[in-house]
Amino acid sequence: MSDSLITIRFFASLREQLGRPAMELASEHLPDSATVAELIAVIVERIGPQADALNGADVQCAVNQQIVSHAESIRAGDEVAFFPPVTGG
Amino acid sequence: MLSVRVAEQDFSADVENSALLECTEGVGALANFIGVVRQSGQANPLKEMWLEHYPGMTEHTLQNLLERAAGRWPVLAARVHHRVGALQPGEQIVYVGVAAAHRQAAFDACSFIMDFLKTEAPFWKKEIFADGLEQWVAARDNDRKALGKWAK
Repeated sequence: MSDSLITIRFFASLREQLGRPAMELASEHLPDSATVAELIAVIVERIGPQADALNGADVQCAVNQQIVSHAESIRAGDEVAFFPPVTGG
Repeated sequence: MLSVRVAEQDFSADVENSALLECTEGVGALANFIGVVRQSGQANPLKEMWLEHYPGMTEHTLQNLLERAAGRWPVLAARVHHRVGALQPGEQIVYVGVAAAHRQAAFDACSFIMDFLKTEAPFWKKEIFADGLEQWVAARDNDRKALGKWAK
């Protein structure tokens, strides 16, 4: 059951702009082999225009904790994260 | 021996350095970097720095960085301790320690680890000022450019 879910996490300024640290999406709400870009469109539909922040030119995406491009495909069970450029150290 | 720790708790560079020396033979050089929360803004001083991270990915990224450094220089041992949560001006943020037989490898590996930590490890800083203003720190172009010197 939980395998059909995609977990989506937001960090730092994106967490604040979207008003939540995470959300879950059943994979049937996504087209087959949807890309990160298509996932963003579904998130915007779900939670509204504040999610347009995910389309920012410097937003980074990680799938299963590996940085990927917006052309990467998402699968059921994946953990997808969106965040601004990192500023540690 | 490569060790990564991400925690709210503070670190002691002496304790970390002792751990580096204990776990290896042949150490002739030990290089450290310690990052500190900078006090800035006379008119509106910094009250607090908030450090957020991506648990799991942060540790994997740091471990991978230490492995890359150890693959490139003859590193005998390396450790990173990065703090998260609320930090006051003047507090320590990050410790990097590298032990090697000779100084150049220790210096270079330490510098390499910090340069890539700044641009790859998923940490984010937020500054909270005395007047209540809160602001996420912007990534710096100079941190990206610093990677150029490690291109082979």
